[in-house]
Amino acid sequence: MTTLPPPSPVKLGLVIDLDTCVGCQACVTACKAWNTGGTGAPLADLDPWGASPEGAFLNRVHTFERLPEDGGPPQIVHFPRSCLHCEDAPCVTVCPTGASWKRAADGIVLVDEDRCMGCGLCAWACPYGAREMDPVAGVMKKCTLCADRLDDPALEPADRIPACVRTCPTGARHFGDLGDPESPVSQLVAERGGRDLLPDLGTRPVNKYLPPRTRDRAPGAPALDPVATDARGFLGWLDRALSTLPRLG
Amino acid sequence: MSPRPAHRPPPDRIAKTTCYMCACRCGIDVHLRDGPDGRPRVAYIEGNRDHPVNRGVLCAKGASGLLHHSSPARLRTPLLRTGPRGAGEFRPISWDEALGIAVSWLRPLRESAPEKLAFFTGRDQSQSLTGFWAQAFGTPNWAAHGGFCSVNMAAAGIYTLGGAFWEFGSPDWERTRLLLLWGVAEDHDSNPIKIGLGRLKARGARVVGINPVRTGYNALADDWLGITPGTDGLLALSLVHCLLEAGRIDLPFLARFTNAPCLVDEDPASPERGLLLRDGEGRPLVIDRRTGKPAPWDGEGVEPDLAATWRHRGTTHRPVLHHLAARYLDPAYAPEAVADRTGIPAPRIRALAAELAAAAFDGPPVVLDRPWTDFRGHRHATMPGRPVAMHAMRGISAHSNGFQTCRAIHLLQALLGAVETPGAMRFEPPYPKPATAHPRPHADARPGEPLAGPPLGFPQGPEDLCIDAAGRPLRIDGAYGWEAPLAAHGMLQSVIANAHAGDPYPIDTLILYMANMAWNSAMDTARTMEMLADTDPATGEYRIPRIICSDAFSSEIVAFSDLVLPDTTYLERHDCISLLDRPISEPDSAADAIRWPVVEPDRDVRPFQSVLIDLGARLGLPGFVAADGAPRYADYADYIVNHQRRPGIGPLAGWRTGPHGLAHGRGEPNAAQLEEYRRAGGFWQAHVPPEAAFFKPWNRAYQDWAVAMGFFDAPQPYLLQLWCEPLRRFQLAAEGVGPRQPPEHLRDRLRAAMDPLPVWWPPFGDEDAGGFPLHAVTQRPMAHYHSWHSHNPWLRQIHGSNLLYLPRAVWDAGGFRDGDWARVSSPTGTIEVPVALMEALNPRTVWTWNAIGKRRGAWALHPDAPEGVTGFLLNHLIPDRLPPDAAGRRLPNADPVTGQAAWFDLRVRLERLPAPPPAARPALPPQASPVPPPPPLLAERPGP
Repeated sequence: MTTLPPPSPVKLGLVIDLDTCVGCQACVTACKAWNTGGTGAPLADLDPWGASPEGAFLNRVHTFERLPEDGGPPQIVHFPRSCLHCEDAPCVTVCPTGASWKRAADGIVLVDEDRCMGCGLCAWACPYGAREMDPVAGVMKKCTLCADRLDDPALEPADRIPACVRTCPTGARHFGDLGDPESPVSQLVAERGGRDLLPDLGTRPVNKYLPPRTRDRAPGAPALDPVATDARGFLGWLDRALSTLPRLG
Repeated sequence: MSPRPAHRPPPDRIAKTTCYMCACRCGIDVHLRDGPDGRPRVAYIEGNRDHPVNRGVLCAKGASGLLHHSSPARLRTPLLRTGPRGAGEFRPISWDEALGIAVSWLRPLRESAPEKLAFFTGRDQSQSLTGFWAQAFGTPNWAAHGGFCSVNMAAAGIYTLGGAFWEFGSPDWERTRLLLLWGVAEDHDSNPIKIGLGRLKARGARVVGINPVRTGYNALADDWLGITPGTDGLLALSLVHCLLEAGRIDLPFLARFTNAPCLVDEDPASPERGLLLRDGEGRPLVIDRRTGKPAPWDGEGVEPDLAATWRHRGTTHRPVLHHLAARYLDPAYAPEAVADRTGIPAPRIRALAAELAAAAFDGPPVVLDRPWTDFRGHRHATMPGRPVAMHAMRGISAHSNGFQTCRAIHLLQALLGAVETPGAMRFEPPYPKPATAHPRPHADARPGEPLAGPPLGFPQGPEDLCIDAAGRPLRIDGAYGWEAPLAAHGMLQSVIANAHAGDPYPIDTLILYMANMAWNSAMDTARTMEMLADTDPATGEYRIPRIICSDAFSSEIVAFSDLVLPDTTYLERHDCISLLDRPISEPDSAADAIRWPVVEPDRDVRPFQSVLIDLGARLGLPGFVAADGAPRYADYADYIVNHQRRPGIGPLAGWRTGPHGLAHGRGEPNAAQLEEYRRAGGFWQAHVPPEAAFFKPWNRAYQDWAVAMGFFDAPQPYLLQLWCEPLRRFQLAAEGVGPRQPPEHLRDRLRAAMDPLPVWWPPFGDEDAGGFPLHAVTQRPMAHYHSWHSHNPWLRQIHGSNLLYLPRAVWDAGGFRDGDWARVSSPTGTIEVPVALMEALNPRTVWTWNAIGKRRGAWALHPDAPEGVTGFLLNHLIPDRLPPDAAGRRLPNADPVTGQAAWFDLRVRLERLPAPPPAARPALPPQASPVPPPPPLLAERPGP
């Protein structure tokens, strides 16, 4: 069993805006592309051109339909899912080898692939289904928040963010310190009522989800008042309207 | 414990070029690492932060480009067919042999009958070159894929506004308060729309999605109107009705910048009745408010009167606005009259009209403090905005009423003053550009000679049709004939059927580039494959004697080609994203871009553009050989730098040379131009001066800037063409006026379709669709582009098979359950496919993702891959021609104005299958793969 470090003041994580996520999957492949070329084992794909392609992804987007309780038009919600970097991470405490660990400085949950024996206990322990076993390397894979980008001096400062955040076309993914109530991500969570996933489980996820705004409520612009019901009436209105129009010259 | 993971080694280089995983042309940073052999490998691809199109972001496709590049589906060498057409049996040949064969086929055609070459391209971005080549060869039978894509948008936009939504228009993302998306699924303009929607969301602007299916952008929309397919024009005209009825229209805008005040010739005896009255110099007339007398529309200081009529020689000539009022105030356009048909309740239509008016006229004013001068010399102290933007795409385009529907949307925009005003739709240079400033089409094929002008253009009347003395089309696709008079992008979808039938004449050689005509780009796909492989029993020869294709991948069309010229990928070649073609401009800047070989091919493939230039030289085509007959250009890169379309105007506008050093826009060729582009990140950008950035069609500062940049040679202000005279000229012909008369059986159709005002008619086939109660459409998945990405392991794990989505009412009525299959029938055919329930769907519509289904054997996929087993196309159900009329004639399944393929007119019926079959039907036998089988797993780190 592995122990968690004391809670860190810095809590790096993602804030994902379900109002703005368009389900385009850009984060999914940017993540896969970056992390398959990272320092761990590549994210393999079995049967890549065959009947049942199956590979390891650190981030997946699911799409749901939602029927509003008031009978309004059905809605579609795109739901990106990845490790939530829980403060009380059951995937860490369950790990028999110490491979699954939480970084003391910023709370990122990581896997030391050299210590991972591929037992899969952490994936069972994670209530969010956020871990995937690499089908070739046999080690557990998960979101690292692109830890290898965050403090890499070789990268431009603007690029020291997770690949999924950098690529998100609608700007639905935000990255920052959720331990700092003044940070832009914390402010966003406060403004928009950001939520934990499955808070009852006590895992205290760092990542937050911003709920979709209310849909299908026309703002109720004042109804249009007719000035005419036929062409003749319209032309009468037109003459009157033009007579009040300022001249250019 | 150490804070691992460690930093990874930085890339050896970052090469900035242009993506080509779809049509958007985003800037990309390609991370390269040198392999053990010293050759650079692609390690990662991300968006270029400086790029005007994508500003650093990238979509799922773009980031997957490295697997595109390393795909086992890539062709490796030129191929010559050895087995029967369609079998996929080839022998590898050398480029010398391949080009020798191509020349031996093409040279005799050029010398005897150049029109016997048909050269059509798919979603390529080198149409400026391919069109120039076709013109030099002398064949009119050239076009790209616009005929089955979005020519309705392009043509309606250019004929009406002088620019189209796609791809020379953009919402004013910074300022708009209300965006209407009409029939825009997940596609064009992909990343810019996604970025823009994010910006609108961030500042609380509203988005209304009008689409039968609530996927993609419509899922984000604040309001979703799940319209019945093919009825958007009726909705738009009903909104027009509401705005006119309430007098909520922008009178100053209409008076100054549209032809609403232009006088219509109403003399019933005039051969120009229904056209605009003109002065002796051919200038349309308005009544000048200053004098109350007729004056030319563009006269200095003229103030057009929207209301005044002109009594002349016993006839009262009324301005266009009078005609608009008479037409659209008709109760037939009232919301209550169109609600059933559109599927949108009348109160929602009225609420949307009210919201449009409120956003345009009532909110806090959007006014830019930028003085400007219009083309009549009036000085304006500010730029007043109308913060209502619209965008439309395939759901509008792919119907047989799409051209006039798109015009109806443009009319709605114009009534709101929401064109080129702050907050509205804006044009991207080199647009705006009126239809009259485009070339007319040319089809005068003569042995051994080039065409007198470009094959495609914008007809202004029947005199510009491409027909012979008997009225038959001069083009193999029928474009610019009476069945498709304004077919401004050609009609790729008709080429194979017409060539097979020898209608209007037999051709000899068909060249296809990046056009998968044996699969997802064909209507009635199974029949198209039969036609490609069909022989004349009398001679045993193929009815389409020779087919050459160029493609980078083993797509379905490869197996049907006699000669295969393997293309490179986008990372291995030069390209120009040119202002002569489809550049990357934004409303505030003119911009073009390049691709360049960031890695060298590791196989015997060549960029098609360079091959075409080589063929042009071997054939001695004008423009491709020097005076001594030697090749004029070494390759495409050489052409990009040194070709001049007009003096000083070449494929790339940046870093040309002028009298005092570097020049942009106009200038002499610069040998270091491509190096300059590479140094600048792969693109060039010139910002529109702030006082020129809005009201562009009418803004003297913009017109002067456009001339200086070389977009055109003299200022050409124009009015928005609410009343469209080219349409009226065809309508006049249908009424019997003029020397060029349509065939009798098309008179009524032309009279109705070529209405100078926007008009709606039911999609063809709707009126007698009794047995086929449902509409069927496709949508574009965001992670794929047409058929391009099923060979990409990451993207096929996102979309590896497709389902037919059924609305609740159909699901319940048919007794469907999860995992069920259905037999889907149209008048053309039957398919059997897996189905699923979807609630957020128009109740009369079923749909599926486009082009996920694949022919077994193609794209290096295993024969058991789901794309080929349960994946399916709707194409099998869609006819390329309408049912026969009383005389047995079959007209194209297309818009009668533009020839745009009417994919989305499809009507079907469904029945539940008692048990799921093992595979979707039709289950076609596998093609032999021209590439070796793929590896069983993918576990390599990209790069070394």
